[in-house]
Amino acid sequence: MFLPSPGQVVQRLSELAGRGHLVNDTLISIYRISVGFLISTAFALPIGVMIGCYRHWEAAIEPLVDFIRYMPVVAFIPLTIFWAGTGDAQKFLIIWIGTFFQQVLLIMDNVKSVPRDFVNLGRTLEMSEAKILIRIVLPSAMPAIWDSMRISLGWAWTWLVVAELVAATSGLGYRITTAQRFFQTDTIFGYLLLLGVLGLTTDQAMKLAHRRLFRYLRVR
Amino acid sequence: MMAVPKLVIRGLGKTYRTDRGEVVALAGVDLEVGENEFVALVGTSGCGKSTLLSIVAGLENLDDGTVGIDDEPITAPGLDRGVVFQSYTLLPWLTAEGNVAFALAAAGRTSSEAREVAREQLALVGLDGFEDAYPNELSGGMKQRVAIARALSYRPRMLLMDEPFGALDALTRHHMQELLTRIWERHRLTVLFITHDVEEAVYLSDRVAVMSNRPGRIKTVVPIDLPRPRRYELLSTPEFQRLHRTVLDSIREESIQVAQLGRALEG
Repeated sequence: MFLPSPGQVVQRLSELAGRGHLVNDTLISIYRISVGFLISTAFALPIGVMIGCYRHWEAAIEPLVDFIRYMPVVAFIPLTIFWAGTGDAQKFLIIWIGTFFQQVLLIMDNVKSVPRDFVNLGRTLEMSEAKILIRIVLPSAMPAIWDSMRISLGWAWTWLVVAELVAATSGLGYRITTAQRFFQTDTIFGYLLLLGVLGLTTDQAMKLAHRRLFRYLRVR
Repeated sequence: MMAVPKLVIRGLGKTYRTDRGEVVALAGVDLEVGENEFVALVGTSGCGKSTLLSIVAGLENLDDGTVGIDDEPITAPGLDRGVVFQSYTLLPWLTAEGNVAFALAAAGRTSSEAREVAREQLALVGLDGFEDAYPNELSGGMKQRVAIARALSYRPRMLLMDEPFGALDALTRHHMQELLTRIWERHRLTVLFITHDVEEAVYLSDRVAVMSNRPGRIKTVVPIDLPRPRRYELLSTPEFQRLHRTVLDSIREESIQVAQLGRALEG
């Protein structure tokens, strides 16, 4: 009973698909992760780049980021429910808390590993600091930043499902919680597999985009 | 032989503050490089020769003395000095032509003009046909050729080269030395060239300045009165050998000192 056969799982999934649950749950979760992840990245990118470039900003912000980063994200769930209810905004918030602080540190490291002589080259060409940042540092760090995004997107999936498990009225995590109440382990397994497939697909898509965007790294 | 001094370094001093105290990298460096003169600066590793070049490039500040080009003191990096770094500094997302054009655009040229000049410059270093190649597709020697083309493209008043061939294999290094000599003999430019390769220094230069151990200062300057144009056969001539020997002996004294100091510290 607690370990369904593959056949049961497939049957259950097609049943859920027939009733439209499968697609709806998937779409709502994709919507939440897209918005949450984009908000998080939009904040992390400028801040990560800034503290990667300027030591005094690093000294000011990095300890704070490290401090918050070690607070367990799940412990924020009750607070976020007080702040933002149980709707989409609260999911965005959890995804943001779970990924933003990690992203900032990853991006900071990506920016720091831009070769010193690339910056020196810009200086010998009398480029302004802003131009060096935009024309040299950012394009140089971009392939690594893209990879950091790919990795943090995986974490974002986890936080989304956690948030949906605790308090939601729709989404993949919500369906898993409901299934638990009715001992529907086939649904749970089915959705776990679905989450795996979704994660794998986004990861491969990001990798493919990396190959396309940064083709110059591979030509030989 | 040194008509008009282009680069004048007087009493240059540089001290680094580290966790373990102060390190005097340069102390009382005096050096002049004449207009259109090729001067190589040689020394043992860690003698401060790269620091000296960084200061002339304006990338590092000096603590004592003065450094000036055409009587103007150097306070910052500038387009009047083209720099070729030891590490590969081609921007990987730009093609060979794009890398040269990047510098020209920074120097204020229009993009069509930049493309045109970039092609000319690449042809000058023998890279016609490789305009659209990305740095990843180029060998180490080719990358440094693009870097030289880039540094020459915007017509700087002098060229600063920091061990540009240091990372290349011996054969490629020889090719690059011949190429650089050919270009220099045809176009003449003031060059300060850093290297620890004595043969390279003697082959390329009008004068070789030997640096002492830390704190670095100019120990001696050896005029290289070998005829030009120079070709690789020159290396086997007795005159070349004699000059090579003179410079080498001067550096050897420094390395022996380092070794003795090392033993004294151990004992």
